[in-house]
Amino acid sequence: MSDDRKRLVVVGNGMAAMRAVEALLSRAPSRYGITVIGAEPHANYNRIMLSSVLAGEKTVDEIVINPRGWYEDNAIALLTGRAVAAIDRAAKTVEIADGTKIPYDKLLLGTGSKPLAPPIPGLGLPGVHAFRDIADVEAMVAASRCYRRAVVIGGGLLGLEAAWGLKRRGMSVAVVHLMPTLMERQLDPTAGELLRRDLDNRGIAFFTDGQTEEILGSERAEGVVLADGRRIAADLVVLAIGIRPNIDLARAAGLDVNRGLLVGDDMRTSDPDIFAVGECIEHNGQVFGLVAPIWEQARVCGARLAGDEAAVYAPPPVFTSLKITGIDVFSAGALAAADEADEEITLHDARRGIYKKVILRDDRIVGSVLYGHVADGPWYVQLMREKTDVSAFRDKLVFGRAFADQAGAAAVPRIDVAAMADDEQVCDCNGVSKGRICETIRAKGLTTLDAVRAHTKASASCGSCTGKVEAILAHLGGAVAHRDDPAMCKCTDHGHDAVRRAIREQGLQTIAGVREALGWKTPDGCQKCRPALNYYLLCAWPETYRDDAQSRFVNERVHANIQKDGTFSVVPRLWGGLTNARELRAIADAAEKYAIPTVKVTGGQRIDLLGVRKEQLPSVWADLNQAGLVSGHAYGKALRTVKTCVGSEWCRFGTQDSTGLGVKIEKMCWGSWTPHKVKLAVSGCPRNCAEATIKDIGVICVESGYDVVVGGNGGVEVRVTDHLVRLATEAEVLEHVGAFMQLYREEARYLERTAPWVARVGIGYVRARIVADGTGRRALQSRFLAAQRMVQSDPWAQRAAGAEGHEYRPMAEID
Amino acid sequence: MSADTWIEVGRLDDVPRRGSRRVHGTDPNLPIAVFRTADDQVFALIDRCPHRAGPLSEGIVQGCAVACPLHGWVVRLDSGEAEAPDEGRVPVVPVRVERGRIWLAWSALRMIGPNPEGA
Repeated sequence: MSDDRKRLVVVGNGMAAMRAVEALLSRAPSRYGITVIGAEPHANYNRIMLSSVLAGEKTVDEIVINPRGWYEDNAIALLTGRAVAAIDRAAKTVEIADGTKIPYDKLLLGTGSKPLAPPIPGLGLPGVHAFRDIADVEAMVAASRCYRRAVVIGGGLLGLEAAWGLKRRGMSVAVVHLMPTLMERQLDPTAGELLRRDLDNRGIAFFTDGQTEEILGSERAEGVVLADGRRIAADLVVLAIGIRPNIDLARAAGLDVNRGLLVGDDMRTSDPDIFAVGECIEHNGQVFGLVAPIWEQARVCGARLAGDEAAVYAPPPVFTSLKITGIDVFSAGALAAADEADEEITLHDARRGIYKKVILRDDRIVGSVLYGHVADGPWYVQLMREKTDVSAFRDKLVFGRAFADQAGAAAVPRIDVAAMADDEQVCDCNGVSKGRICETIRAKGLTTLDAVRAHTKASASCGSCTGKVEAILAHLGGAVAHRDDPAMCKCTDHGHDAVRRAIREQGLQTIAGVREALGWKTPDGCQKCRPALNYYLLCAWPETYRDDAQSRFVNERVHANIQKDGTFSVVPRLWGGLTNARELRAIADAAEKYAIPTVKVTGGQRIDLLGVRKEQLPSVWADLNQAGLVSGHAYGKALRTVKTCVGSEWCRFGTQDSTGLGVKIEKMCWGSWTPHKVKLAVSGCPRNCAEATIKDIGVICVESGYDVVVGGNGGVEVRVTDHLVRLATEAEVLEHVGAFMQLYREEARYLERTAPWVARVGIGYVRARIVADGTGRRALQSRFLAAQRMVQSDPWAQRAAGAEGHEYRPMAEID
Repeated sequence: MSADTWIEVGRLDDVPRRGSRRVHGTDPNLPIAVFRTADDQVFALIDRCPHRAGPLSEGIVQGCAVACPLHGWVVRLDSGEAEAPDEGRVPVVPVRVERGRIWLAWSALRMIGPNPEGA
């Protein structure tokens, strides 16, 4: 660098150091000539999101914070893949491993942390990995492709995210944890146990109180042995027991260190020209692993480097959430009352898997632990940070903000956007002020939380200021779409769940009524929202809603499946896959009579007639009806097939009459409209020839009864079912299946199959509604049967008799 | 374009609101889709989506456009143009509604016949 500016050298290209550089640049863009040296070969990325990359939910590119262009734009010299070997404080240089010396005026150390490793044999074997950087994730993903079994050592935040990611990659996963409950540093035992139960339901095995003694294997890892003698076979062993500050370089340079590199409130080390931030430091006896305090350090460090000698670091409240889809965990501050002066308020609904605890000291919140329902986490953090006296609404506190607000607790501090100063910092993670958010919303015409996040980064990191950002957005007239319920389509900012709620609560009866009440932006809606609204109304008002044919996709409107050449397919229902000579003859006759080009057996044990012209449909159906064949709804978001094996009637292994039960289930469920297609199967024994474990609902007969499994899928993303319940009688199976159908119909979003729905709400929730709550189950089943009474008449027979005739003939033929 | 010959193809009420009916012409590969919008405007297009020739008459009509049932392209009824980001155009057939009856321009049909993009 030939300019005469001061030289800032940054060792470490991670989140903390780059955040400090960003903070510096925003205040004094040209004060220094900056050089950044990083040991990893990548640009700056969001390490917190590595678990999402492992789970296949994000790509490496999607977690880059600052791409290489950012360094170029800011004239930063970036050296990646280079380790710094030494610091010469007297000469004020850093030396890179290849011997190059780089002089500095100010030095910033952001060397991060190293994974902790237990002192056990076998650590060096191939197949043993830490979970720390992109290279580790790439190695784990590669292992998941060739190997089947993984053991994760460590049941903390990182270990559980690693376990879930590997599970998502199709491995069978066991977690070994030294302590009796999971995530014991962030969760109390009750929440830890709920978490274990939910993850257990998702097929992760746990070995708690487990001390790993040795990693077995000669050529590569083959398993682990615990101190109590338990052995777990594994082809991949992931170490996630914790981290320790990486201070080798600092110690060698003679800087003061303890557990971490010691810094003061000004983020300076014992050498005033050397600063440090992030996981490598120790401040006031504390070391760091979570993002919020590190962002604060970066802000203070950037300000100091920019010459602001007033900036002082004070640790903000720390909070945690777990990035496992469908599992909601939140904790902040204290986990339990520290002494008799502290108070705990708890709400524990075991059936629904909901647990909330708030810890009070002197009428102020000092901590909270939430499980299953975490929407109020940011509110508790806000009350905690602002040290709000909660005595006026403490009886409502644990039920959450909405309840406390609704109950008219005047003392609940609302977010008063008008009273906020423009320079008040809203998002502490990303240093975004109210003024900047308002400016961006106005300049870009933003209307949704996601858009505000995309443009300003406000609330995009930890999310604890989401409430404030939403309040600002609402203040400026934007719609507040809940981030877990994205907008239905371009016609509205409302999400599916919000629309369904409005239909029920406001008693909306027609598509036009919904559009009007909820302020649709288009006059007619579109091909995305209209079928969804039609379904939601049909589900809400089964007896009175008039189906809108023009809001149905062509297949459901004409009761046949459109093919790529514009012809249709016809699939009659074969109950439980059973047929007979008369039906087969009728199918054969129709195929000949109408010159149907292709006849094919489907995967769902039915027969598909392909290439039928639209005009022919009513006559083909009339002929099939003659033999007793009815619509198989192969074209609808509806009940498709109930696949069965021959069961105890013929099979020497069959334990129950699976075919007969399949027919009974199909007779109960046929004709039902659902958010997406629904496929069932009944297997007569655990050999599972009907492949019930990849169906939306499966029944597997066993000697003592029936296992009901749900949420499977054999499509693009294969998902094995979750076990719902074991039952003794067919009548119980029918009741549980009907209740599950209705729960799915009432609560899943349109075009959401049961697999992603169950993954989203959690099997624990489904069990709570269907298994634990008998009254609720019977109510669901009775609503299902009531709705079924309205739809169980063959749509083919109606049309063969002339209904909707205009659908099946051209308006005119011109010669 | 000479549109002197008009052919009556049916009544306005033969087409459902936000719906469509087909008219079969001399060329079986070039049927015509007649659309009726929510506010009773009537349009006609060659019934082949510019993308993969899907039957637009089976699509969901929204405002002055229709979404093709095969792959979801949205085609304007008045111009036959696909909405961005897709690009393409399907020929428009001139249409008139008088006293509740729908008329198509026959000469336009014949011009469209041999070469869909030639009109």
